[in-house]
Amino acid sequence: MDDAKLNEIVESVVRQLIAAGAVSGIQPAGAAVPLNQPAPAPISAPPTSNLGLTIDLPDPTSEDLRYKARVKNPCDPAALTELINSTTARIGVGRAGPRYNTASLLLFQGDHAVTQDALYRDIDQKLLDEFGLFTVQTNVTGGKEQFLLRPDLGRQLSDEAKRTLADKCIKKPNVQLVVGDGLSAAAIEANLRQIFPVIKQGVQAAGLTMGTPFHIKYCRVGVMNDIGDAIQPDVVLLLIGERPGLGRAESMSVYMGFKPKSGETDADRDVVCNIFENGGTNPLEAGAFVVQIAQKMRQNQASGVKLKLATQ
Amino acid sequence: MLLRTKLHGKTYEFPDIRLLMGKANEEKSGDRLAGVAAETAAERIAARLVLAEVPLWVLRENPAVPYADDEVTRVIQDGVNETVYSEIKDWSVGQFREWLLADTTTPEMIRRISNGLTAEMISAVTKLMSNLDLMYGASKIRVMAHCNNTIGAPGTLSSRLQPNHPTDSPEGIRAEIYEGLAYGSGDSVIGINPVDDSYSSVARLLDMTYDVIKTWQIPTQNCVLAHVTTQMKCMQSGSPVGLVFQSISGSQKGNDSFGISVGMLDEAYALAKKHCFPAGPNFMYFETGQGSALSAEAHNGWDQLTLEARNYGLAKRWNPFQVNTVVGFIGPEYLYDARQIQRAGLEDHFMGKLTGIPMGVDACYTNHARADQNAIENLAVMLTAAGCNYFMGVPMGDDSMLSYQCTSYHDAPTLRQLFKARPAAEFESWLVSLGLMKDGVLTEKAGDPTFFLKR
Repeated sequence: MDDAKLNEIVESVVRQLIAAGAVSGIQPAGAAVPLNQPAPAPISAPPTSNLGLTIDLPDPTSEDLRYKARVKNPCDPAALTELINSTTARIGVGRAGPRYNTASLLLFQGDHAVTQDALYRDIDQKLLDEFGLFTVQTNVTGGKEQFLLRPDLGRQLSDEAKRTLADKCIKKPNVQLVVGDGLSAAAIEANLRQIFPVIKQGVQAAGLTMGTPFHIKYCRVGVMNDIGDAIQPDVVLLLIGERPGLGRAESMSVYMGFKPKSGETDADRDVVCNIFENGGTNPLEAGAFVVQIAQKMRQNQASGVKLKLATQ
Repeated sequence: MLLRTKLHGKTYEFPDIRLLMGKANEEKSGDRLAGVAAETAAERIAARLVLAEVPLWVLRENPAVPYADDEVTRVIQDGVNETVYSEIKDWSVGQFREWLLADTTTPEMIRRISNGLTAEMISAVTKLMSNLDLMYGASKIRVMAHCNNTIGAPGTLSSRLQPNHPTDSPEGIRAEIYEGLAYGSGDSVIGINPVDDSYSSVARLLDMTYDVIKTWQIPTQNCVLAHVTTQMKCMQSGSPVGLVFQSISGSQKGNDSFGISVGMLDEAYALAKKHCFPAGPNFMYFETGQGSALSAEAHNGWDQLTLEARNYGLAKRWNPFQVNTVVGFIGPEYLYDARQIQRAGLEDHFMGKLTGIPMGVDACYTNHARADQNAIENLAVMLTAAGCNYFMGVPMGDDSMLSYQCTSYHDAPTLRQLFKARPAAEFESWLVSLGLMKDGVLTEKAGDPTFFLKR
């Protein structure tokens, strides 16, 4: 294989990586070597034909590129834009024969990739440190795989976690705030900085006591029952990452329960979901809203379906 | 009852049919969750060795839920043709498998035997089938149905146009319908999963889709996949309904959790025959999926494959136009990865056809399963080879409302061109008359949603 051919292959790989969002920035010709591969035989001189090559792409997930009309020769170009703007579904995408065109295909794959990364990653320790959140774990001991396969284990605090909470947490506070990874670490990372201070200040402004906040790794919503048993707060607020949609890993929920205890189900809980900036429930507003709900739960001594019936 | 074998010098014994059936399954995370999975790979095969010798009458007499306790069991058992059953009841499951695959066994012979089967027999033989067995076996069985057009004819592949929208916006849904039609999707149904299950919202979407069908004279049917009671109200109030939809479960307890019963679906079927606008005679649409009974703790200790087979036996009662499993929707605690989803897709499709219902598949996955679009494209190819009636058509396979991924508007034409298959005949004629398809291939005009702004 001659050098020119080799370079061509390397560049094509780099182009794909850049388009998929795996590599960014300027990649001068000859400088790009695929990761984890032994360096190829030294190339004595860059082929002159590639000297001027610069690939520096904008983010294909930006609004204008994501919703760009890609149909070749549409009957009505202006109307095509209107149709595309009427939905978040991927329409007006065009085709290569019966298949997707390259830009649409790689955008889809980029969206799926960011979702996968969110699912198989832990919350950034620096963020937890920033809010002084210590970590306890559920009965999941076999990593993310077991977490996904055994939802029952993710609903139980481990014995060690119960001992830690007994040591470290204020008992019977009015409001207990808990952060759980759930199915998206990215959701917590995207929203915690906005929502945490709002909840904290809101609870104080309402004259309520706030428990010692902490983080639960491998967390499912049902763990609220064990938290109730361990700490006996009036209200538990559980901030948890939702199952990621395609390209949307930042969506978070707050589950709330009044004096949760063993045996309770979703019917005993309230939830504010779809919390994310730009298009979802704004995290600042969501924070204020959940404090209101917490107050309502305390006033009515109920949550979930019982709260609905009490306030009808 | 003694259920025992040796394998490689080791003895394996199974206490009852229930556990034998569970342990004979290909590996599924849901069976493990239910506590019925084989402990080792060898135990799985030992279970199959024993199951292969079980006569069919034993399976009839050991339904997953007793006859007295469960109306799904009663529907299936009461629907058995006793003459056919008496001819096959002494066959072993292993013999049954070989009979299905034999070159001397014709499609007509299989369709006849279907009427003598119960779900447990169908589940049992499926456990003895390899993936290629399931594809080949299913390819011998074509089940056709007719509403406004004909689904399931040999050499055809249909596509449900699924134009879901996160807020049910009629404008957004209409735009997605135009995009789908421009790719030749929509011959199975134009079917929307609504966010808002209320009567007024569902009626509005029925009116809108009917308007598109009338304006463009499309030989197809519409459906809004709300709870069946909402659709019944729509029919009674004069809304234009093409197909009547409901999700079903393989046990009475499971159907309780969906808020339905056999009586309710009988009533819906009677209303459909009275009010639906298409020619018929098939007006019903059902969706199923392995693990749904277990997730409602309504599986009575049985494996998810058997509960799924019971869905099809139940669906057959109402002569559906189409039934599809939503195979990867339920999540990794039931079907963990691409391999399990693909296996389940092939099993469900085969079982539906062997039951005698017109079967499609929603080949799909959620974002927390170990799967990707390549896995789903592979499954769609395998199922097309197996003669699947239809797949879903979703904009680029990314459902903007249900947050899962499945097959796309592009996939149906690709699979058709790959397998020399055609859309439903009436629908193909319509596409050809508009100049969107020629000789089974999309034309230059295809793929442009603004084509449908002309009328």
